[in-house]
Amino acid sequence: MTQKNLELAVGAFVALGIAAFFLLALQVSDLTSIGDERGYRVTARFENIGGLRVRAPVTMGGVRIGRVVGIELDPQTYEAVVTLSIDPRHDQIPTDSSASILTSGLLGEQYVGLEPGGMDSYLSEGDVLRLTQSALVLEKLIGRMLTNTAGD
Amino acid sequence: MSAILARLGRAVLEQLTRTGRAALFFLSLLGALSFMIRRPGLLVKQLYAVGVLSLPIILVSGLFVGMVLGLQGYANLVDFGATSSLGTVVALSLIRELGPVLTALLYAGRAGSALTAEIGLMKATEQLASMRMMAVDPFQRVLAPRFLAGCIAVPLLAGIFTAIGILGGYLVAVEQLGVDDGAFWSQMQAKVQLFADVINGVVIKSVVFGLVANWIALFEGYEAQPTSEGVSLATTRTVVYTALAVLGLDFVLTALMFGAW
Amino acid sequence: MATVRGLTFRRGDRVIFQDVDLDIPRGQVTAIMGPSGTGKTTLLRLLSGQVRPDAGRIEVDGICVHELNWRELYQFRKRMAMLFQSGALFTDLNVFDNVAFPLREHTRLPDRLLRTLVLMKLEAVGLRGARDLMPAELSGGMARRVALARAIALDPALILYDEPFAGQDPISMGVLVKLIRTLNDALGLTSIIVSHDVKETAAIADYLYLISDGRIVEHGTPGALDRSHSPWVDQFMHARPDGPMSFHYPAPPYAADLLASPSA
Repeated sequence: MTQKNLELAVGAFVALGIAAFFLLALQVSDLTSIGDERGYRVTARFENIGGLRVRAPVTMGGVRIGRVVGIELDPQTYEAVVTLSIDPRHDQIPTDSSASILTSGLLGEQYVGLEPGGMDSYLSEGDVLRLTQSALVLEKLIGRMLTNTAGD
Repeated sequence: MSAILARLGRAVLEQLTRTGRAALFFLSLLGALSFMIRRPGLLVKQLYAVGVLSLPIILVSGLFVGMVLGLQGYANLVDFGATSSLGTVVALSLIRELGPVLTALLYAGRAGSALTAEIGLMKATEQLASMRMMAVDPFQRVLAPRFLAGCIAVPLLAGIFTAIGILGGYLVAVEQLGVDDGAFWSQMQAKVQLFADVINGVVIKSVVFGLVANWIALFEGYEAQPTSEGVSLATTRTVVYTALAVLGLDFVLTALMFGAW
Repeated sequence: MATVRGLTFRRGDRVIFQDVDLDIPRGQVTAIMGPSGTGKTTLLRLLSGQVRPDAGRIEVDGICVHELNWRELYQFRKRMAMLFQSGALFTDLNVFDNVAFPLREHTRLPDRLLRTLVLMKLEAVGLRGARDLMPAELSGGMARRVALARAIALDPALILYDEPFAGQDPISMGVLVKLIRTLNDALGLTSIIVSHDVKETAAIADYLYLISDGRIVEHGTPGALDRSHSPWVDQFMHARPDGPMSFHYPAPPYAADLLASPSA
């Protein structure tokens, strides 16, 4: 194996490896959605966020428009304060839209779904969503169902 | 009874001194790396020996592992009507675990054992000693190039293994089993995270495994008894110890990266 | 050229050398001989600084070998060469590259000059035509000659030979014998040969040291040792099977051993 052939083979090998990593990064992973942090931030307060986690998607009508970027507990009101980062392209969301915590599929991960309101003013950086629907907690659901049927 | 305890004690002490020597060996390797800047030709030659020549086994194994994952995943998901998640299953299994781990194990068997045998033989035929007598440091001339080449090769091989595995899974899932093409890729893209999965999994794990695999391979060769028996024993030790180390480290790294802490 | 005073070296419990004194004169061939296993190779290692003595002083060219630090030792080793028992050629390089190795590592000679030098060294050992062969294709004797060419590549002042004649056929032996002596005289080298081949070594050595049990039993010119009155030296020099070094390993009396009943 002459020196030149050797170097060629090694170069091809390294190129193949780098190409593989590019494939993994671009085709396989969620690289294209990394730039979410450029969006504008709004907050929403929930009584119970259930299994919602940071980086969970924010959707409207099923279409992904942003991500959850922060979850905190308000020490005064004991509410969960969720910070959403919304893609700046979607800048016409009415200020009276509601945010609900929904589950994708039956057993899937939880996400925030926005339902549009009717106001003419739109959400911008720092706004707060007033209408929220907390996550459904299974135990409370069952409890309510039992008391309901018991009352019949 | 006391004889057994004495033997145990002796074995433990021997292991400890051996581990100490291994640590010193590693430091010597690091110290000799700066020499590589002046002699890139040595690195190229070794990259060929451990990297390019390991490609066939990595490509074939990766393809088959990916295809098996496709088949097995399908068989398990079809009962839940969740075959659209097959892409995710195949990709995550390979990226987080099978890619780096299997690559490291295959590498140990193919290239690691070859390195050990080569160094052991050089020691047995006094080539290393004669190099020292010619005022050439074997660490700089022989060991460091092989170490650096190996540490570069393993992550590349792991990436190739993973990529071709995913392609293999795709072939089986979409071409053969009829899973929807779009669902395969889009679900995967939604679930596989660049930093949490790919970087953590394939990149970091394979870098760590590569370091360990090459360190063990070169150390065993360097410490081998200069007889044919000694070299064969050293080669076996390389494969076994690398396998144990890789699997143990895999547990630790997985717990750190993916554990629900 | 080299002096050894009061050398003591132990390996574990075994005493390899006990209070040994040696003088290696410059420009001559000095041989260190003795039965197998007396640590002759270890002596070469001590001289070249590969191992350190437990006590005593080893000086080569006025420099105390075992007091050098790592870096100084490497500098020092450029002036000496060692021929290993098996030749120790680098199996992945051909003959030419093997001989060129020390030149490429330690000098920045242009390719043409390097080639000339390598061919000259190969010519000196009579193997210039074998320059493209791989070590695996060489016979044992040829491999040793190539190793010798490599050893003189940097024109050392001192050469150490570790059992150069072991296991060679008569013709190769003759070639090596001639080479060692001729090179020593032609290049003004100092040579130290460690061997147990009495006939060949005595033929070319200027001075002999006989070592046994970690001590110098006797030393002198080959002629003087040949005529020595010591029975041990006589046995060694004339290859007698029995003498002070007994033929029989210590054992109980023969008749008693044969007639003894096996233990119950």
